[in-house]
Amino acid sequence: MNMPLTPQQAEAPAFSFDRLQKEFRSKDGGDVIALRDVGFEVRNGEFVTVVGPSGCGKSTLLRILAGLERASSGTVALGGKAVTGPSRDIGVVFQAPVLLPWRTVLQNVLVPAQIQGRDIKVATERAMHYLALVGLGNFATKYPGELSGGMQQRVGIARAFVNDPMLLLMDEPFGALDAMTRETMNLELHKLKERTGATIMLVTHSIPEAVFLGDRVVVMSPRPGRVTQIVEVDLPHPRSLDMINTDRFGAYVSSIRTNLNAAGGLD
Amino acid sequence: MNGSAVPMNTPLDEPNDNPQGAVAVTALAPAKAPVEPTGLTPARRRLLMASFFVLVMAIWHFAVVLLQVSPLIFPGPLAVTRALVELVQSGEIVKHLGVTLYEILAGFAFGAIFGLVLGALIGQSALLEAVLYPYVVAFQTVPKVAVAPLFVLWFGFDTTSKVVITATIVFFPVLANTIVGLRSAPRDQIELMRAFTASPWHVFKMVRLPHALPYVFAGLEIGIVLAVIGAIVGEFVGAQAGLGYLILQRNFSMDAAGMFAVLVVLSLIGLMLHSLMKFIARRVIFWTEAFTDLSRGS
Repeated sequence: MNMPLTPQQAEAPAFSFDRLQKEFRSKDGGDVIALRDVGFEVRNGEFVTVVGPSGCGKSTLLRILAGLERASSGTVALGGKAVTGPSRDIGVVFQAPVLLPWRTVLQNVLVPAQIQGRDIKVATERAMHYLALVGLGNFATKYPGELSGGMQQRVGIARAFVNDPMLLLMDEPFGALDAMTRETMNLELHKLKERTGATIMLVTHSIPEAVFLGDRVVVMSPRPGRVTQIVEVDLPHPRSLDMINTDRFGAYVSSIRTNLNAAGGLD
Repeated sequence: MNGSAVPMNTPLDEPNDNPQGAVAVTALAPAKAPVEPTGLTPARRRLLMASFFVLVMAIWHFAVVLLQVSPLIFPGPLAVTRALVELVQSGEIVKHLGVTLYEILAGFAFGAIFGLVLGALIGQSALLEAVLYPYVVAFQTVPKVAVAPLFVLWFGFDTTSKVVITATIVFFPVLANTIVGLRSAPRDQIELMRAFTASPWHVFKMVRLPHALPYVFAGLEIGIVLAVIGAIVGEFVGAQAGLGYLILQRNFSMDAAGMFAVLVVLSLIGLMLHSLMKFIARRVIFWTEAFTDLSRGS
């Protein structure tokens, strides 16, 4: 694990898609193309957001990278190696927090560490560290049923971080939250990212969320999902919620919206 | 119980390191206060229950007296009480109670374990389900009462045949609930486990099995009540001891009050075992309260 990296490995992107294609067989027998010719690379430590209308295949893209689904053709590489299945180097957060109700908050955060047979003592320290970072330091012994939806989702985020994954995948993690909680969660995630330097891919259908969080925003068209635009977000770090009201932020949002509308629109 | 809307009512153990404290507090679930759905306090509910019992006893007593029903056919509550006291005082009950309790518990244990293991196997494997489950259902459609004489023929008049009959009756609800329970785990939870590189064994141990427990306990609750029936049915077919045997004996000697007394003992056993089961369930599956009540009637 600690072998010195060759220059090639050091320069290898965190992950990359190349001419990725995904087809589904629909119920009436016809083929549905979910993803067509998707290709982009993401650097280590980059926060990339993927935005597009529902059904554009952005979740499928994330699931392929997570090893939960196979691409029909094309390649996906994680740290220079082809993805063949779920990887220990990846942490995931879904739209629902999916916590285990019979486990305490701390025990939930430890699930990935237990699955991967890691040192539980070390993992417990890290779990407590991340729980504190997401503002749940005092909730370690509570059960999920005692927490609000936003708090549960934060537990899910701490859980994704517990093994210090190379890459964090988030599939509309705040989609089920109310607008106010969502904004504060965005800010917290941004801070967490600044502190940990993690590589993150976050899928969302909120353009402001994508712009606020992303170093780059990958814009996808409706079915068949293609990448229509990749926008470098040149906003200063650390970002603050005030930025949402600036002209520059607004310009990014409206340019992406225009692009999406041209490609078939957000429904 | 909308205390969460008022900041002053929020729990004291709120985090002080939580920067979004205000947001989180308002979203907290309201505290679970033990409010009875009847709207009564527990004391009043018990009083009402007791009054109802007294009322039924009074109706029973006066109906028997006024209608001049023969005590050989339908004894009044007083005669039944006398018979019950006699049964307990003579010490006769001890031996029969012991035998029947043993049959119930042993039969329940075997039936439950067998149902759990087979349920776990079928619940995990589509192949086993396709091959085995139709036969299990076919077996279940045969009334166990009708098979009971065969079991007595095979295993004798001793307790063994009753344990076997009881086990076959308990087996099915536990099996069926275990299968359904093992399939109840939400897809996204299993997916998440897979994304964290969980093996099928991990998924079973950490997600499927705990998710199945509320269903399993619902099956066990039904099973424990059926176990009482199983033991008595077995004793009716042929036995040398037990409460069922005692009922038959009283029946032959035209002692209706004595039969009622045994019935009271039997229903007390059933109630006790069922409450015990519920007590255990509440502790094991502490994270859910709805389940045990949900499937009790099925």
